[in-house]
Amino acid sequence: MGEIKLMKGNEVLAEAAIRCGCDGYFGYPITPQSEVMETLMAREPWKETGMVVLQAESEVASINMVYGAAATGKKIMTSSSSPGISLMAEGISYLAGAELPCLLVNVQRGGPGLGTIQPSQADYFQAVKGGGHGDYKLIVLAPSSVQEMNDFVDLGFELAFKYRNPAMILADGAIGQMMEKVELADYKPRWTKEEVVEKNGGWATTGKPSSRKKNVITSLEMASNDMEVRNINLQAKYRKMEEEDVRYEAIQCDDAEFILVAFGTAARVCQKAVEVARAKGLKVGLLRPITLFPFPKTIIKELARKAVGFLSVEMSAGQMVEDIKLAVYDAGSNARVNYFGRMGGIIPTPTEVVEALEDKFSWELSYGVKRSY
Amino acid sequence: MDIQDIIKPENLVYQKTKLLTDTPMHYCPGCSHGVVHKILAELIDEMGLQDKSIGVAPVGCAVFAYNYIDIDWQEAAHGRAPAVATGISRVNPDAFVFTYQGDGDLASIGAAEIMHACNRGENILVIFINNGIYGMTGGQMAPTTLEGMVTATTPNGRNVELNGYPMRITNLIAQLPGTSYVTRQSVHTAGGVRKCKKAVKKAIQNVLDKKGTSFVEVVSTCNSGWKLSPVASNKWMEENMIPYYPLGDMKDSVKGEHSEN
Amino acid sequence: MTEEMIIAGFGGQGVLSMGKILAYSGIMEDKEVTWFPSYGPEMRGGTANVTVIVSDTRISSPVLQEYDTAIILNQQSMDKFEKAVKPGGVLLYDPNGIVNPPTRTDINIFKVEATKASVEMGNPKVFNMIVFGSYLKVRPILSLDNVEKGLAKSLPERYHKLIPLNLDAMQKGREIVEEVNVV
Ligand SMILES: Cc1ncc(C[n+]2csc(CCOP(=O)(O)OP(=O)(O)O)c2C)c(N)n1
Ligand code: SF4
Ligand SMILES: [Mg+2]
Repeated sequence: MGEIKLMKGNEVLAEAAIRCGCDGYFGYPITPQSEVMETLMAREPWKETGMVVLQAESEVASINMVYGAAATGKKIMTSSSSPGISLMAEGISYLAGAELPCLLVNVQRGGPGLGTIQPSQADYFQAVKGGGHGDYKLIVLAPSSVQEMNDFVDLGFELAFKYRNPAMILADGAIGQMMEKVELADYKPRWTKEEVVEKNGGWATTGKPSSRKKNVITSLEMASNDMEVRNINLQAKYRKMEEEDVRYEAIQCDDAEFILVAFGTAARVCQKAVEVARAKGLKVGLLRPITLFPFPKTIIKELARKAVGFLSVEMSAGQMVEDIKLAVYDAGSNARVNYFGRMGGIIPTPTEVVEALEDKFSWELSYGVKRSY
Repeated sequence: MDIQDIIKPENLVYQKTKLLTDTPMHYCPGCSHGVVHKILAELIDEMGLQDKSIGVAPVGCAVFAYNYIDIDWQEAAHGRAPAVATGISRVNPDAFVFTYQGDGDLASIGAAEIMHACNRGENILVIFINNGIYGMTGGQMAPTTLEGMVTATTPNGRNVELNGYPMRITNLIAQLPGTSYVTRQSVHTAGGVRKCKKAVKKAIQNVLDKKGTSFVEVVSTCNSGWKLSPVASNKWMEENMIPYYPLGDMKDSVKGEHSEN
Repeated sequence: MTEEMIIAGFGGQGVLSMGKILAYSGIMEDKEVTWFPSYGPEMRGGTANVTVIVSDTRISSPVLQEYDTAIILNQQSMDKFEKAVKPGGVLLYDPNGIVNPPTRTDINIFKVEATKASVEMGNPKVFNMIVFGSYLKVRPILSLDNVEKGLAKSLPERYHKLIPLNLDAMQKGREIVEEVNVV
């Protein structure tokens, strides 16, 4: 067993970065995630592992620092919260276009605009559908505990390098600020110069030896034909992610007539809601997507064959619900898909979730069957 | 004598600034922000500018400035106030437009916007609250943080090798031909408040006279971020901030004209 | 065993650190724990509260609407959280600054004069540990051994010389806590 500690989600991100052999962190303060950089600065990893930590002058600068550093084949990360991620959108599109592995963290707060510093999940679309311009995808991991904040740093880097693609941890203010018991990973050494060249020298700007052609990092392609080929290759990569790296957790779904679908903090609330609903005799289960992209479509399609209804529970106006609808539609199921959520930094309560379920599916609950149209 | 005999207009020696609203300020006791708000509110009233004024609030502790001064306001994104003010002022040349920004907002994330607004010589007033720290987000390093100063992101003190040097951005601003009046003030003493008010008044007049951008830096305290009492903060500021950010006018001219300093 | 509780008072009363010591003590006893604070500018001079859950099993929601125990250290928090104690649950409060004491009859109410006692002990900083001691008296959910270990874990090494003082304060709390209403 690794070292057990009581830590905040944000502090754990910093600790996990140091331990997984991250080479550099570039960031800019913003609530509710400033503890990530503050913890790193207090830990001074440059003395311990050689990891670089720099406070940039803005998020625009930090994401471009990430671009430059990641393009040299090293493990690089940044973290921010919603308004800061919006500022990074251009850079993220460039990172995706140039196929650079790196780890981004969004500890979401309520928007739009300056909004509130309280927790929210309203950046789902921004994270999974793009956010910046062009046809691109991030690998998006949604932690729902401090332990997963720890685990997903290493996992995020692993997937980022597997696909040469930016990965994002999409957390929220609650998980960032919450302390829980966490088992820390053992230290992994940072890659040596030779290892970086060996693993990533094929594409990264590690300095050109006479033995290979020059490596150029760019997302520019003037000829449309070439640009289309680039896009086709990107899409093929995204399909591969959908085949190989979908992750989710299904809780009490086997006999469930109604499936709550929720990620992150909302999933924690829904776990309790399942307990409350079951105590009332309702057959309710919880599907918790862990990868938001690639989205767990297949399991939703399977569940849609038996389930009467799905309730997407989100701390937003209802974003993931659209992806659930697509999957249910794809399955040719007539299970009904509804949404319940709170906005503006409010976390829904388990009772509210159960009440919403009873309200939105009152017809099905009375007659016990699927509605057919 | 009855109390009613005393409460008469002719006996009035002090009254609440007319343009300050009744909203209780959220600033920490001892913070400079409140004093500068008062100066602005007094001048806008005294110069009869309430209906001409459009303020641009920053992202920083002064984000709620719009709750305290009774004029029209716009809230800008972090660092973008000078661009927002440019937009307002260009299409409303007769408005009195000002930005009110902290050192993180102005000198870090918004360094490009302030440089270009000043370089274009926008007819706006910039109030720059330099407290050497990010107050709002819990006391992280700002570009203006002094060498050796402890903040949440420089827990062992600002190390110039790691974090670069404290930035005297006002000196850079003064170099730009678009600026007319550039000055550095403080409000930690009664004399300082009077001087600062005089400077802001002149700056506003310059804007009204369309002389170009006027820029007033106020070297300020952030007792919460500095983790000092208000009194100790004033002393610390006098001993550390002011030697590095000396007070006084840096430029007094008209945009495009060569200045003496 | 699951203990779902809230500690609520002013920023600066040591609310968050009391919760942290409790959570660490839970870990020492091999429990699952969550500690969820109010955060942001609302802390600036205003109220601060933290929800702590200690449980034998995996903890679901870190945010709660009702609590087994509420430790209440100012009037605003009393107004907000007295009604949120589960019937049969525990409300522990310091009467200092409380204008409207709790009135519910379906919960167990205890009071601890911790502000006064901390002044008498000559160290207002141990206030939260007095409250914590009285809490463990009325809700003995963790062994004192593990609490001592939790205390050591949550304090940085350089403050370890203060552990005996904190333990004394906890003992004080155990002694002075008074029953107000027991169901
Ligand atoms: C894009 C973006 N990045 C970061 C933040 C977080 N943020 C809010 S205020 C602030 C710094 C404020 O410091 P300063 O401008 O010095 O104002 P002060 O509070 O010291 O008056 C930061 C980084 C934000 N709101 N938006
Ligand atoms: S944190 Fe600093 S700048 Fe903000 S209100 Fe308090 S003293 Fe003023
Ligand atoms: Mg500042």
